[in-house]
Amino acid sequence: MNKEIVIMIIGMAVVTYLPRMLPFVMFKGKELPPFLQGILKNVPYATLGALIFPAILFIQEDIWYGIIGAAAAFIAAFLGANVIVVVIGSISVLTLYSYFF
Amino acid sequence: MESTLAVKQATDFKKGIQSGISIAIGYMPIALTFGLIAKTTGLALGETVMMSLFVFAGAAQYISLSLLAQGIGIFEIVLTTFIVNIRHFLMSASLNEKAEEDSIGARMAYSFGITDETFSVAATREGTVNAGYMFGLNLTAYSSWVIFSGLGFLIGAGLPQTLQESMSVALYAMFVGLLVPSMKNNVKVVFLAVLAAAFNSIFTLAELMSTGWAIVLATLLSAILVEAVETFKNGRRAEADE
Repeated sequence: MNKEIVIMIIGMAVVTYLPRMLPFVMFKGKELPPFLQGILKNVPYATLGALIFPAILFIQEDIWYGIIGAAAAFIAAFLGANVIVVVIGSISVLTLYSYFF
Repeated sequence: MESTLAVKQATDFKKGIQSGISIAIGYMPIALTFGLIAKTTGLALGETVMMSLFVFAGAAQYISLSLLAQGIGIFEIVLTTFIVNIRHFLMSASLNEKAEEDSIGARMAYSFGITDETFSVAATREGTVNAGYMFGLNLTAYSSWVIFSGLGFLIGAGLPQTLQESMSVALYAMFVGLLVPSMKNNVKVVFLAVLAAAFNSIFTLAELMSTGWAIVLATLLSAILVEAVETFKNGRRAEADE
Protein backbone atom coordinates (compact mmCIF):
# COMPACT_ATOMS: atom_id res chain seq x y z
CA MET A 1 0.00 0.00 0.00
CA ASN A 2 1.14 3.51 -0.80
CA LYS A 3 2.01 5.36 2.41
CA GLU A 4 0.53 8.67 1.26
CA ILE A 5 -2.78 7.05 0.40
CA VAL A 6 -2.91 5.35 3.78
CA ILE A 7 -2.27 8.67 5.55
CA MET A 8 -5.00 10.26 3.43
CA ILE A 9 -7.47 7.50 4.33
CA ILE A 10 -6.70 7.86 8.05
CA GLY A 11 -7.15 11.62 7.80
CA MET A 12 -10.48 11.16 5.99
CA ALA A 13 -11.55 8.62 8.62
CA VAL A 14 -10.83 11.02 11.49
CA VAL A 15 -12.61 14.05 10.01
CA THR A 16 -15.58 11.87 9.08
CA TYR A 17 -15.86 10.19 12.48
CA LEU A 18 -15.60 13.34 14.63
CA PRO A 19 -18.81 15.07 13.43
CA ARG A 20 -20.65 11.74 13.78
CA MET A 21 -19.44 11.09 17.32
CA LEU A 22 -19.14 14.50 19.03
CA PRO A 23 -22.86 15.30 19.49
CA PHE A 24 -23.37 12.06 21.43
CA VAL A 25 -20.62 13.12 23.84
CA MET A 26 -21.31 16.86 23.95
CA PHE A 27 -25.06 16.58 24.54
CA LYS A 28 -25.07 13.45 26.69
CA GLY A 29 -27.53 13.80 29.56
CA LYS A 30 -28.07 17.47 28.78
CA GLU A 31 -31.56 18.89 28.50
CA LEU A 32 -31.44 21.30 25.57
CA PRO A 33 -33.76 24.34 25.40
CA PRO A 34 -37.20 23.35 24.00
CA PHE A 35 -36.81 25.47 20.87
CA LEU A 36 -33.50 23.76 20.04
CA GLN A 37 -35.04 20.35 20.74
CA GLY A 38 -37.85 21.24 18.36
CA ILE A 39 -35.35 22.13 15.62
CA LEU A 40 -33.44 18.87 16.09
CA LYS A 41 -36.70 16.91 15.87
CA ASN A 42 -37.42 18.66 12.56
CA VAL A 43 -34.00 17.81 11.13
CA PRO A 44 -34.81 14.27 9.85
CA TYR A 45 -37.68 15.40 7.61
CA ALA A 46 -35.85 18.48 6.36
CA THR A 47 -32.77 16.34 5.65
CA LEU A 48 -34.84 13.88 3.65
CA GLY A 49 -36.26 16.69 1.53
CA ALA A 50 -32.77 18.07 0.85
CA LEU A 51 -31.28 14.63 0.18
CA ILE A 52 -33.97 13.76 -2.37
CA PHE A 53 -34.13 17.09 -4.19
CA PRO A 54 -32.65 18.07 -6.57
CA ALA A 55 -30.21 15.09 -6.64
CA ILE A 56 -32.83 12.56 -7.76
CA LEU A 57 -33.25 14.44 -11.06
CA PHE A 58 -29.62 13.84 -12.00
CA ILE A 59 -29.14 10.12 -11.30
CA GLN A 60 -28.89 9.57 -15.07
CA GLU A 61 -28.38 11.95 -17.98
CA ASP A 62 -32.02 11.51 -18.99
CA ILE A 63 -33.88 13.70 -16.48
CA TRP A 64 -37.08 11.67 -16.99
CA TYR A 65 -35.33 8.76 -15.41
CA GLY A 66 -35.23 10.48 -12.03
CA ILE A 67 -38.75 11.93 -12.41
CA ILE A 68 -40.29 8.55 -13.22
CA GLY A 69 -38.33 6.82 -10.46
CA ALA A 70 -39.42 9.45 -7.94
CA ALA A 71 -43.06 9.26 -9.06
CA ALA A 72 -43.08 5.45 -8.81
CA ALA A 73 -41.58 5.57 -5.33
CA PHE A 74 -43.98 8.29 -4.22
CA ILE A 75 -47.07 6.42 -5.43
CA ALA A 76 -45.95 3.12 -3.88
CA ALA A 77 -45.16 4.81 -0.56
CA PHE A 78 -48.41 6.79 -0.61
CA LEU A 79 -50.37 3.56 -1.08
CA GLY A 80 -48.72 2.30 2.10
CA ALA A 81 -46.07 -0.03 0.70
CA ASN A 82 -43.17 -1.10 2.92
CA VAL A 83 -39.85 0.67 2.25
CA ILE A 84 -38.27 -2.40 0.62
CA VAL A 85 -41.28 -2.73 -1.69
CA VAL A 86 -40.95 0.95 -2.58
CA VAL A 87 -37.27 0.46 -3.45
CA ILE A 88 -37.77 -2.70 -5.51
CA GLY A 89 -40.89 -1.27 -7.18
CA SER A 90 -39.06 1.86 -8.25
CA ILE A 91 -36.12 -0.16 -9.62
CA SER A 92 -38.53 -2.40 -11.56
CA VAL A 93 -40.40 0.53 -13.12
CA LEU A 94 -37.11 2.06 -14.26
CA THR A 95 -35.84 -1.24 -15.64
CA LEU A 96 -39.01 -1.44 -17.73
CA TYR A 97 -38.60 2.20 -18.78
CA SER A 98 -35.02 1.75 -19.98
CA TYR A 99 -36.06 -1.47 -21.74
CA PHE A 100 -38.66 0.33 -23.84
CA PHE A 101 -36.96 3.70 -24.38
CA MET B 1 -33.96 -6.93 35.11
CA GLU B 2 -30.52 -7.27 33.53
CA SER B 3 -31.66 -10.19 31.41
CA THR B 4 -34.87 -8.58 30.14
CA LEU B 5 -32.77 -5.63 29.03
CA ALA B 6 -30.37 -7.96 27.21
CA VAL B 7 -33.31 -9.70 25.52
CA LYS B 8 -34.73 -6.36 24.37
CA GLN B 9 -31.36 -5.33 22.94
CA ALA B 10 -31.12 -8.67 21.09
CA THR B 11 -34.60 -8.29 19.58
CA ASP B 12 -33.82 -4.72 18.60
CA PHE B 13 -30.56 -5.89 17.02
CA LYS B 14 -32.62 -8.16 14.73
CA LYS B 15 -35.04 -5.33 13.96
CA GLY B 16 -32.04 -3.17 13.10
CA ILE B 17 -30.74 -5.79 10.67
CA GLN B 18 -34.16 -5.93 8.99
CA SER B 19 -34.36 -2.14 8.69
CA GLY B 20 -30.92 -2.16 7.12
CA ILE B 21 -31.83 -4.40 4.20
CA SER B 22 -33.12 -1.63 1.93
CA ILE B 23 -29.92 0.32 2.62
CA ALA B 24 -27.84 -2.75 1.77
CA ILE B 25 -29.67 -3.04 -1.56
CA GLY B 26 -29.18 0.65 -2.23
CA TYR B 27 -25.47 0.59 -1.40
CA MET B 28 -24.74 -2.31 -3.72
CA PRO B 29 -24.57 -0.44 -7.07
CA ILE B 30 -22.84 2.58 -5.51
CA ALA B 31 -20.20 0.48 -3.76
CA LEU B 32 -19.61 -1.65 -6.87
CA THR B 33 -19.07 1.50 -8.90
CA PHE B 34 -16.83 2.96 -6.20
CA GLY B 35 -14.62 -0.14 -6.31
CA LEU B 36 -14.42 0.05 -10.08
CA ILE B 37 -13.53 3.75 -10.15
CA ALA B 38 -11.00 3.28 -7.35
CA LYS B 39 -9.27 0.69 -9.52
CA THR B 40 -9.21 2.93 -12.58
CA THR B 41 -7.92 5.79 -10.39
CA GLY B 42 -4.95 3.61 -9.52
CA LEU B 43 -5.74 2.55 -5.96
CA ALA B 44 -4.78 -0.95 -4.80
CA LEU B 45 -7.42 -3.44 -3.64
CA GLY B 46 -6.21 -3.06 -0.04
CA GLU B 47 -6.49 0.73 -0.20
CA THR B 48 -9.96 0.57 -1.72
CA VAL B 49 -11.30 -1.77 0.95
CA MET B 50 -9.48 0.14 3.68
CA MET B 51 -11.13 3.37 2.63
CA SER B 52 -14.60 1.80 2.76
CA LEU B 53 -13.78 0.14 6.10
CA PHE B 54 -12.41 3.27 7.80
CA VAL B 55 -14.31 6.13 6.21
CA PHE B 56 -17.73 4.62 5.35
CA ALA B 57 -19.05 7.71 3.59
CA GLY B 58 -20.12 7.32 -0.03
CA ALA B 59 -20.09 10.89 -1.35
CA ALA B 60 -16.77 11.77 0.31
CA GLN B 61 -15.10 8.62 -1.00
CA TYR B 62 -16.22 9.37 -4.57
CA ILE B 63 -15.01 12.95 -4.31
CA SER B 64 -11.63 11.86 -2.94
CA LEU B 65 -11.13 9.67 -6.02
CA SER B 66 -11.86 12.47 -8.44
CA LEU B 67 -9.54 14.80 -6.50
CA LEU B 68 -6.80 12.15 -6.49
CA ALA B 69 -7.21 11.76 -10.24
CA GLN B 70 -6.76 15.53 -10.63
CA GLY B 71 -3.53 15.30 -8.65
CA ILE B 72 -4.85 17.35 -5.71
CA GLY B 73 -2.91 17.13 -2.44
CA ILE B 74 -3.80 15.03 0.58
CA PHE B 75 -4.50 17.99 2.85
CA GLU B 76 -7.11 19.43 0.48
CA ILE B 77 -8.73 16.03 0.10
CA VAL B 78 -9.04 15.60 3.86
CA LEU B 79 -10.39 19.14 4.21
CA THR B 80 -12.97 18.55 1.46
CA THR B 81 -13.99 15.30 3.17
CA PHE B 82 -14.57 17.23 6.39
CA ILE B 83 -16.75 19.81 4.64
CA VAL B 84 -18.74 17.14 2.81
CA ASN B 85 -19.37 15.21 6.03
CA ILE B 86 -20.03 18.05 8.47
CA ARG B 87 -23.76 17.44 7.91
CA HIS B 88 -23.47 14.29 10.02
CA PHE B 89 -22.97 16.53 13.05
CA LEU B 90 -26.52 17.75 12.61
CA MET B 91 -27.80 14.21 12.13
CA SER B 92 -26.03 12.85 15.22
CA ALA B 93 -27.29 15.78 17.31
CA SER B 94 -30.80 15.01 16.12
CA LEU B 95 -30.51 11.25 16.70
CA ASN B 96 -29.05 11.84 20.17
CA GLU B 97 -32.44 13.30 21.13
CA LYS B 98 -34.22 10.01 20.47
CA ALA B 99 -31.45 7.67 21.62
CA GLU B 100 -32.02 5.59 24.75
CA GLU B 101 -29.60 5.74 27.66
CA ASP B 102 -26.81 3.43 26.55
CA SER B 103 -23.24 3.61 27.79
CA ILE B 104 -21.15 6.39 26.29
CA GLY B 105 -18.86 3.74 24.79
CA ALA B 106 -21.77 2.10 22.96
CA ARG B 107 -22.93 5.45 21.61
CA MET B 108 -19.46 6.37 20.47
CA ALA B 109 -19.19 3.01 18.74
CA TYR B 110 -22.48 3.15 16.87
CA SER B 111 -21.99 6.81 15.92
CA PHE B 112 -19.32 5.57 13.49
CA GLY B 113 -22.11 4.11 11.36
CA ILE B 114 -24.20 7.29 10.98
CA THR B 115 -24.68 7.93 7.28
CA ASP B 116 -27.43 9.79 5.42
CA GLU B 117 -29.15 6.45 5.01
CA THR B 118 -28.78 4.84 8.45
CA PHE B 119 -29.72 8.18 10.01
CA SER B 120 -32.86 8.49 7.86
CA VAL B 121 -34.01 4.98 8.74
CA ALA B 122 -33.29 5.36 12.47
CA ALA B 123 -34.68 8.88 12.77
CA THR B 124 -38.01 8.10 11.08
CA ARG B 125 -38.52 4.97 13.21
CA GLU B 126 -41.39 5.03 15.72
CA GLY B 127 -40.28 5.58 19.31
CA THR B 128 -36.68 5.50 20.48
CA VAL B 129 -33.48 3.83 19.23
CA ASN B 130 -30.96 1.93 21.33
CA ALA B 131 -27.51 0.46 20.82
CA GLY B 132 -28.87 -2.98 19.82
CA TYR B 133 -30.97 -1.48 17.03
CA MET B 134 -28.21 0.83 15.83
CA PHE B 135 -25.62 -1.96 15.71
CA GLY B 136 -27.96 -4.17 13.68
CA LEU B 137 -28.82 -1.36 11.28
CA ASN B 138 -25.20 -0.25 10.84
CA LEU B 139 -23.86 -3.77 10.48
CA THR B 140 -26.16 -4.53 7.51
CA ALA B 141 -25.39 -1.25 5.76
CA TYR B 142 -21.66 -1.42 6.52
CA SER B 143 -21.24 -5.01 5.35
CA SER B 144 -22.89 -4.22 2.05
CA TRP B 145 -20.71 -1.12 1.58
CA VAL B 146 -17.40 -2.84 2.35
CA ILE B 147 -18.06 -6.14 0.57
CA PHE B 148 -19.37 -4.57 -2.63
CA SER B 149 -16.53 -2.01 -2.71
CA GLY B 150 -14.08 -4.92 -2.81
CA LEU B 151 -16.18 -6.86 -5.33
CA GLY B 152 -16.46 -3.80 -7.56
CA PHE B 153 -12.67 -3.56 -7.61
CA LEU B 154 -12.27 -7.25 -8.41
CA ILE B 155 -15.02 -7.90 -10.95
CA GLY B 156 -15.90 -4.41 -12.20
CA ALA B 157 -19.42 -3.11 -11.90
CA GLY B 158 -20.57 -6.67 -12.61
CA LEU B 159 -24.27 -5.98 -13.08
CA PRO B 160 -26.03 -5.69 -16.44
CA GLN B 161 -25.95 -2.06 -17.63
CA THR B 162 -29.75 -1.65 -17.49
CA LEU B 163 -29.97 -2.95 -13.93
CA GLN B 164 -26.97 -0.91 -12.86
CA GLU B 165 -28.72 2.22 -14.16
CA SER B 166 -32.12 1.49 -12.67
CA MET B 167 -30.56 0.62 -9.30
CA SER B 168 -29.12 4.13 -9.10
CA VAL B 169 -32.59 5.19 -7.94
CA ALA B 170 -32.59 2.79 -4.97
CA LEU B 171 -31.42 5.09 -2.18
CA TYR B 172 -33.63 7.95 -3.35
CA ALA B 173 -36.60 5.61 -3.53
CA MET B 174 -35.78 4.58 0.04
CA PHE B 175 -35.70 8.22 1.16
CA VAL B 176 -39.10 8.74 -0.46
CA GLY B 177 -40.38 5.56 1.18
CA LEU B 178 -39.27 6.84 4.59
CA LEU B 179 -40.63 10.35 4.11
CA VAL B 180 -44.07 9.85 2.58
CA PRO B 181 -45.75 7.92 5.45
CA SER B 182 -44.85 10.76 7.84
CA MET B 183 -46.05 13.35 5.32
CA LYS B 184 -49.47 11.70 5.21
CA ASN B 185 -49.94 12.04 8.96
CA ASN B 186 -48.42 15.42 9.58
CA VAL B 187 -48.60 18.58 7.49
CA LYS B 188 -45.57 19.95 9.34
CA VAL B 189 -43.46 17.20 7.75
CA VAL B 190 -44.65 18.31 4.31
CA PHE B 191 -43.51 21.88 4.98
CA LEU B 192 -40.16 20.72 6.39
CA ALA B 193 -39.34 18.50 3.41
CA VAL B 194 -40.61 20.82 0.67
CA LEU B 195 -38.91 23.88 2.13
CA ALA B 196 -35.56 22.09 2.54
CA ALA B 197 -35.84 20.67 -0.99
CA ALA B 198 -36.54 24.16 -2.36
CA PHE B 199 -33.63 25.78 -0.50
CA ASN B 200 -31.27 22.99 -1.53
CA SER B 201 -32.36 23.26 -5.18
CA ILE B 202 -31.71 27.01 -5.17
CA PHE B 203 -28.31 26.64 -3.50
CA THR B 204 -27.10 23.84 -5.77
CA LEU B 205 -28.61 24.90 -9.09
CA ALA B 206 -27.41 28.49 -8.68
CA GLU B 207 -24.03 27.02 -7.70
CA LEU B 208 -23.91 29.21 -4.61
CA MET B 209 -22.03 26.61 -2.54
CA SER B 210 -20.80 23.02 -2.51
CA THR B 211 -23.31 20.17 -2.09
CA GLY B 212 -22.13 19.50 1.46
CA TRP B 213 -22.86 23.01 2.70
CA ALA B 214 -26.04 23.28 0.65
CA ILE B 215 -27.59 20.28 2.43
CA VAL B 216 -26.56 21.55 5.87
CA LEU B 217 -27.83 25.06 5.27
CA ALA B 218 -31.08 23.99 3.57
CA THR B 219 -31.85 21.56 6.41
CA LEU B 220 -31.12 24.10 9.13
CA LEU B 221 -33.06 26.94 7.48
CA SER B 222 -36.10 24.74 6.97
CA ALA B 223 -35.98 23.22 10.48
CA ILE B 224 -35.58 26.64 12.14
CA LEU B 225 -38.21 28.44 10.03
CA VAL B 226 -40.87 25.78 10.57
CA GLU B 227 -40.12 25.63 14.29
CA ALA B 228 -40.25 29.43 14.60
CA VAL B 229 -43.60 29.61 12.80
CA GLU B 230 -45.02 26.85 15.00
CA THR B 231 -43.78 28.45 18.22
CA PHE B 232 -45.25 31.78 17.11
CA LYS B 233 -48.63 30.20 16.27
CA ASN B 234 -48.73 28.24 19.55
CA GLY B 235 -47.87 31.40 21.45
CA ARG B 236 -50.75 33.25 19.83
CA ARG B 237 -53.12 30.38 20.49
CA ALA B 238 -52.05 30.34 24.15
CA GLU B 239 -52.71 34.08 24.34
CA ALA B 240 -56.14 33.66 22.78
CA ASP B 241 -56.97 30.97 25.33
CA GLU B 242 -56.20 33.21 28.26
